[in-house]
Amino acid sequence: MAELDTSGGGKHKGGKVRSKKSSMRVDLTAMVDLAFLLITFFMLTTTLMKAKAMDMAMPDKDEQHDQLPVPATRTMTILLGSHNKVEWYMGETGKSAPTVDNFGKNGLRKALIENSDKEKATHGGLPMIVLIKPSDKSTYADFVEALDELNIAGIDIHAVVDITDIEVADLKKNGLY
Amino acid sequence: MPRVKIARKSTATDMTAMCDVAFLLLTFFILTSKFRTEDPVPVDIPGYTKTILLPEENVATLTIGSSKVFFGVEGIPIRKQMLEEVGKIYSINFTPEEEAVFEVLPEFGMPVSQLKSYLDLDPDARKKFVQPGIPTDSVSNQLFNWVREARKADVAINEKALLIAIKGDSKQEYPTIKTVIAILQKQKVNKFSLITALKTAPK
Repeated sequence: MAELDTSGGGKHKGGKVRSKKSSMRVDLTAMVDLAFLLITFFMLTTTLMKAKAMDMAMPDKDEQHDQLPVPATRTMTILLGSHNKVEWYMGETGKSAPTVDNFGKNGLRKALIENSDKEKATHGGLPMIVLIKPSDKSTYADFVEALDELNIAGIDIHAVVDITDIEVADLKKNGLY
Repeated sequence: MPRVKIARKSTATDMTAMCDVAFLLLTFFILTSKFRTEDPVPVDIPGYTKTILLPEENVATLTIGSSKVFFGVEGIPIRKQMLEEVGKIYSINFTPEEEAVFEVLPEFGMPVSQLKSYLDLDPDARKKFVQPGIPTDSVSNQLFNWVREARKADVAINEKALLIAIKGDSKQEYPTIKTVIAILQKQKVNKFSLITALKTAPK
């Protein structure tokens, strides 16, 4: 493979001294190997480094006239407590006892899907509205996780709202605050 | 009888063209790649099942971790104008040298009063400096002004609305996030992006 041909340049009759002519062929295998290695590296790093994000919309705080009253019967409220736990209840605050739940397939997701189906059946196909109320003891991961569960359950109408004192008191009672 | 000789071909191939292509691509990737900037605080981003790719330009990033807030925006002209305008608000004059340092700074997080002395530090000292985070209180209104001036500068230069992305640490407690969101909502930024890692939903 690696040949640096040093043939030629034999004695000539004229007695003229000729410089040795060497072949111009250089073995490029190693160089190509290196180049492709670096290409692979740069290709992978550039595509992997692109930041991924999710879109997030918050309800407008200023424009009061745009806000529609939320039918309490169709709402499900999720309270985010400490220790990666949640509480949820249907309808108005204080009317029904909240259920303590955790994230995951058999926790919040199951509850969301079941409640969504139930609400749709009783309200003639109208979708369920979900309110997320993160408490001061919840973490950012819980918040994103809760939004993710809504996304998985296919619930489009949701809002992030401030928690009320009654709900904080309830979280405290269940040891989640 | 003479034996039939099989002509032996050389196995050496001409690699010149391949090498050319390889280096051409290599140059392209080197020039287009942008290395990740170091986060000022360790940030472990949460996962989400459905993510979109964040554009590379026209983005301002709010990094939140260890209850501190850091701010960074893409684009040198935007950063320059933002610094000048914020300097005017707090009556701080930045020298051209300080501006030049600020233009290439990835993200920063400190009260505006400390910024001048921070920009005067030499690069090594700047790396070691522990940034305290941008104040989020409503008295000095600093984070509000940074975001506002960045948005104004972006509209003036790019004629596009600046996209704001929040990069939060998973373990960050919610009150800090809430404060930052409230600051954004105060200037009617009701839509923004949360930087997340793609994950697959456990079945």
